[in-house]
Formats: sequence, structure tokens, C-alpha cells
Amino acid sequence: MAAPSWEYAPAPESAALANLKPAYRPFVDGEFVDGGGEPLKTLNPATEEVLAEVGTASTEDVDRAVAAARRAYEQVWGPMPGAERAKYLFRIARVVAERARELAVLETLDNGKPIRESRDVDVPTASAHLFHHAGWADKLGYAGLGPDPRPVGVVGSVIPWNFPLLMAAWKIGPALACGNTIVLKPAETTPLTALVLAEIAADAGLPPGVLNVLPGAGDVGAAVVGHDGLDKVAFTGSTDVGKEIQRRLAGTGRRLTLELGGKAANIVYDDAPLDQAVDGVVDGIFFNQGHVCCAGSRLLVQESIEQEFMELLHARIETLRVGDPLDKNTDVGAINSRPQLDKIVDLAAAGDAEAPGAGPAPARCPNAASSSRPPCSPAWSRPCAWRARRSSARCSPC
Amino acid sequence: MTTTVPAPRAAGGRDGAFAAAVRDDASLRRFLHGLPGVDHVGVERRSATLATRSIKKESKLQALDMAISMIDLTTLEGADTPGKVRSLCAQARRPDPDHPEVPSVAAVCVYPDLAGVAVEALRGSGVAVAAVATAFPSGRSSRAVKLADTALAVEGGAGEIDMVIDRGAFLTGRYGAVYDEIVAVKEACGSAHLKVILETGELAGYDDVRRASWLALLAGADVIKTSTGKVSPAATLPVVQVMLQAVRDWHRATGEHRGVKAAGGIRTAKDAIRHLVAVHEIAGADWLTPELFRFGASALLGDLLRQRRTQLEGHYTDRDHIGGA
Repeated sequence: MAAPSWEYAPAPESAALANLKPAYRPFVDGEFVDGGGEPLKTLNPATEEVLAEVGTASTEDVDRAVAAARRAYEQVWGPMPGAERAKYLFRIARVVAERARELAVLETLDNGKPIRESRDVDVPTASAHLFHHAGWADKLGYAGLGPDPRPVGVVGSVIPWNFPLLMAAWKIGPALACGNTIVLKPAETTPLTALVLAEIAADAGLPPGVLNVLPGAGDVGAAVVGHDGLDKVAFTGSTDVGKEIQRRLAGTGRRLTLELGGKAANIVYDDAPLDQAVDGVVDGIFFNQGHVCCAGSRLLVQESIEQEFMELLHARIETLRVGDPLDKNTDVGAINSRPQLDKIVDLAAAGDAEAPGAGPAPARCPNAASSSRPPCSPAWSRPCAWRARRSSARCSPC
Repeated sequence: MTTTVPAPRAAGGRDGAFAAAVRDDASLRRFLHGLPGVDHVGVERRSATLATRSIKKESKLQALDMAISMIDLTTLEGADTPGKVRSLCAQARRPDPDHPEVPSVAAVCVYPDLAGVAVEALRGSGVAVAAVATAFPSGRSSRAVKLADTALAVEGGAGEIDMVIDRGAFLTGRYGAVYDEIVAVKEACGSAHLKVILETGELAGYDDVRRASWLALLAGADVIKTSTGKVSPAATLPVVQVMLQAVRDWHRATGEHRGVKAAGGIRTAKDAIRHLVAVHEIAGADWLTPELFRFGASALLGDLLRQRRTQLEGHYTDRDHIGGA
């Protein structure tokens, strides 16, 4: 029964849609400025080519940004009625939606995630999130916080590289809607969409200082979250850094929100709809290359269905299309950075050591460039799964 | 309790791996209700994701030809005449006379009394003749009438029989009656292929679609088919997905390939390609052949041909040039 092979032809989205500029600069007090820090080069993880040079902030830039945010909070944004703040936020949300295609391509170039996800998830969700919070700005008196809730003040925020624009929207939307001003540090490897968001905010006429975006590495992040001119710190990222921030802020009276890694277990019982449970597991761990703070990296299956479930799961994993992130048919794109890839390769090796030959998947791992679906830079990892022999194993349960 | 699909590789049905499941009405009910459920949010989400696949250039051209070769070109009207069937057969043989390289369709599908006309018109073409039977489309008649209907189609020379299940019996839980009827019709088919129409638009959700699929497979269906085309909704991507999972699971359990036919409501090339993507990614590449996947359609062929010309010539062809069938 020989069926003809049917390969999907490449269907790449045009990279030109990203309107990529050769250089990007920090956004402080309503203007794009030359940062005092050493400029960094942001890479396209799919090709490891330089996308753009990005100016970074020095400690003085952080001071200026915090001072500008304080000024904006006290003089303009804090006293402004919620209905007025909402107008700016609605405008920003609308432009994010209007420029969705550009932002999606830029996100995919900078982050390596498949265009299908940036197009269908990241950007529309970011816009929806801004719309949602814009709508709250004049209704805070009815939000269960008492009749006249007050803003906290100046917020310092550091966000990760897994959902760069969406994380920026998560921080900016609620902070600004409630009358706070913000100093945002995007991730070192993915600063571009946050800077375009700053441009959108500037075009929307957002008063200077309300939003400041300071690209840079961990040192800039440390300078932001440790700044004593802040009233609140909001951090999304690794548990280790979160703990560090928690120690740093303890006793200062500054408020702190942490959203850290919480790799979680999928639990499948024998009465589950198996095919959809398989899809749930696949979405849970392979969505966004698994770079999700609550990724389902562990799988606990009732023994009575283990064999069937794992068969279905391995078959489903085989159908995932690994490749060019800009290709509209790609399910799993490029790993965002070298260090992340090294970590995955390391875990894959641990998985192989833990359970050699325990299923078909390990043979397809780790990280060999995919032979069937070019193009492939070193930044690729094949999806895979291991059967752990003990629940304390580092991989799978890691 | 979930019944997991057992491993032995043998023919299904009465003598095979599932002999215990079909022993009596109660066993059949236990088996069908023990199948894993279908989560409707999940199945629709997967369908929506698969529908975003972007099939372009040579893969689109290949898909268009594949879809053409999988069509059961259908006319099932009270007003059907021998002349109409003959002209449909001419189109089935050579769908686009300006482009002789276009494959012929898989089959022509007619009412049983016109099977003979179609057989005559298609002789030597390789295009099969399918006839609907068993009191199509409602299936509301006696067993004797349904078998006589089947016999009429077989005597007319139909190589494929499209029967309808007794939805009334299915919906009232009389699975044994549905099973026995399929077995009887299968026997009446002789060497003809049997497609079993579940009429999914009349079933109560995806769990029912899965149960009806398995019931038909157990009873010996060569192909499970979504719809008569007379009830809306007919073939939808999530329903076809559930049926593709059923034949995939059947193959995993028995090693046998059984087919799926998506019929009714598929009118555009875009929709057809979405179905092919589902076949490719859910059942697997094995199923991308006219033996194992069919479209039951009348208007679809015209759009496939128009899209095919567009791919080759770079511009659209108007409706007057290639009309619907």
C-alpha cells in the first residue's frame, strides 16, 4: 500500500515585515537615548546572525529612568483620572493589534519561536491583555479593593526571553492601568519587541517617564530591581534570580511579585480522552520549545494505560515539525540561545544515561541538526521524551 | 473504565482480536462504552491548529491532484437521469479535458438503479462505480428491503456499496442490531467494497462518532464514511479527525488498513487540503491514497480544477470555463 510521500513546501513568512533596524536604543523619559552601557548584539537564534545592535543602560541610565518614572508618577500619571489613562492604553493596545504582523515576525526573528505561535498566540494575547487592563483603568473602584484604590508608585520590572512582548504587556498593562509608572528591563537576548512597544507608546503620546525600557544583561537587571527609588519590583524569570531578588528586597518595605519557574507534572488517568490527553502533553511541553515557566516537563501515567499512551505520545511527537521559525508550518523553532541549548543537551544526556534504550525517542536526540528539514543551525533540539526508572531522576523528572 | 486497544495482530470482528467484544449485545455495549472518550475542546483545537498549515507551491499542486484522485464524484438526486450520469462519468474519466495529465477521480457515486449506466460509461477507465444502498439516506426500512437494495446495486455492477447505519437503533443503544445489519450487508456485497455511512450529523457528539466508527469497523466496514450529504452538519474536520483516529487505532490493533470517506460539505480546494493535512498528520502518510481516503463530493471537483489551473497559469479561471459538477 504505497502512498506517495507528501512534503510540505517551505512557506516562510517574509522577514522584511519585521522592519528591522540596524540599531535600537534604550527608552528613557519619553526619548530613545544612547545608553551608557556597552552595546549588545542580539542574534537570530535560527541562524546565529546578528539582527541588530542594541544600546544598553548604565547605572546612571537606571537612575535617570527611575527619576523620570518618579516625576511622571507624581506629576502626571498618578493624579490622572483612570478614564484618561485608559485612553492611552487603548491606543497602545490598538496599535499593537494593527502592527501585529510586524511584531510577530520581529518576535520570531529575535526569539526563535515559530511564527505560528508568535502570530497566533504572543502578539494577539499581548494586545488583548493591554485592552483588558485599559478597560480596568476607570473601574478600579469596583475591583474589590475599596472605593478609591491608590497606585503603588514606581515599578521596576525584569522580564524573561521566552515571551518577550507578552511579558512586557503583562507588566506594563496592569501597572499603567492602576496609575503606576514603570522601568522595564527586557531580556538580554530578546530586547527588540519591548523597544518597539516603547516606540508605540511614544507614538500614542504616553507622557514621558511613564514607561522606560532599559535593555541590558543581568547587571542592568540587578541595578533595576535593587534601586531604592522604586516602590515595587515585579520579576518573571528563573527561581535562582528570584531568590536573590527576594533576599535583596527583604526588609526594604518595597513590594515584590515573583513569577518563577514551576515545571509541572501532567497526570493522566485511564479514564482520560487519550488522544486529547496526548495533545495536552505535547502542547504542555513542546509549545514555545518548552520554554514556559509552567511547562509540563514530567508525565505521570496510570500503569494500566502506560503502554498505549506512550505509543500514542511517541507517534504524536514524530509529527512535530522542527525547523525554520519563520516557516508557517513549523511547530518547534530554534532554541533561544547557546546556553539554553547547552542545558537541553545536558539534560538529554542525563535522560539517556538514566534510561538508555527506554523507548524510541532518545535515539532521535539530542540536538542533531535535522537532516530532513533544513535549514538548521546549531540552535535546534529534537523533541523527545524519556521513561524514567525512578521518580528522582533528573531527566525526565528534572 | 477504559478498554485499551489490545495488541494481538489478527483480523478484527467475529473471528479476530475482538471476538469477545462482539459476542452479544451486552459485550458490544461494554466495549463501545469502554473506548476512551473524546474531549471536544481538545479535538476542535487540534483541528483548528491543523487548519493553519500553509500548503503552497509544489506541495499544493500535489495535494490538488491527490484530492482529485480521491473524489467519489457524486450525484444523488431524485432528478438523476441516465444522461446526467453519463456526463458525470465523462467528467470522472477526464476531469479537465484541456489538461489530460489530471488524474481521473476515484469513483462515481449514484443511486443503485443507475449503477448499470455508470458501469457502462466507465468501462475500462479504472474509475470505480459506487452505489448507495440500504434505503439511503434515512435507512428507514426493513432488513429485507435494505438487502434487496444492496443486491440491486451489486447486480448493477457497483464495485463499492455505500450503506447507511440504522441511526435510530444506534441512538437507542441497540448496537447489536446495527452490527448485525452491517454484517448482513457486507455479506450481500460479495466482493464489493463496503463503505459504512455513520451520518455523524445525527449522532450525539464525538463520543458517538468514535463508537459508531468502531462498531462499523468491527462489523467489517472497508471504509467508514461521515455522511449522506443530506444532513447538515456533514463532514467537519473534528469529526473526520475522530474517524481517522479510529482507523489508526484499528491498524495499531490488527495491522489492517481501513479507509475513511469525508462526504458532504467539502466544496473548496482549501477545505479539501485541510482534510488531507489531517489525514497526513493524524492517520499517517499510509492513508494518503484513494484506497484509504475519499472525498464524497459534487462541487469540489470544479474548485480543485480551478485552483490547479491557477497554480499552473498564475491566474484564476472563471466559473463559465469550469463549472461545478
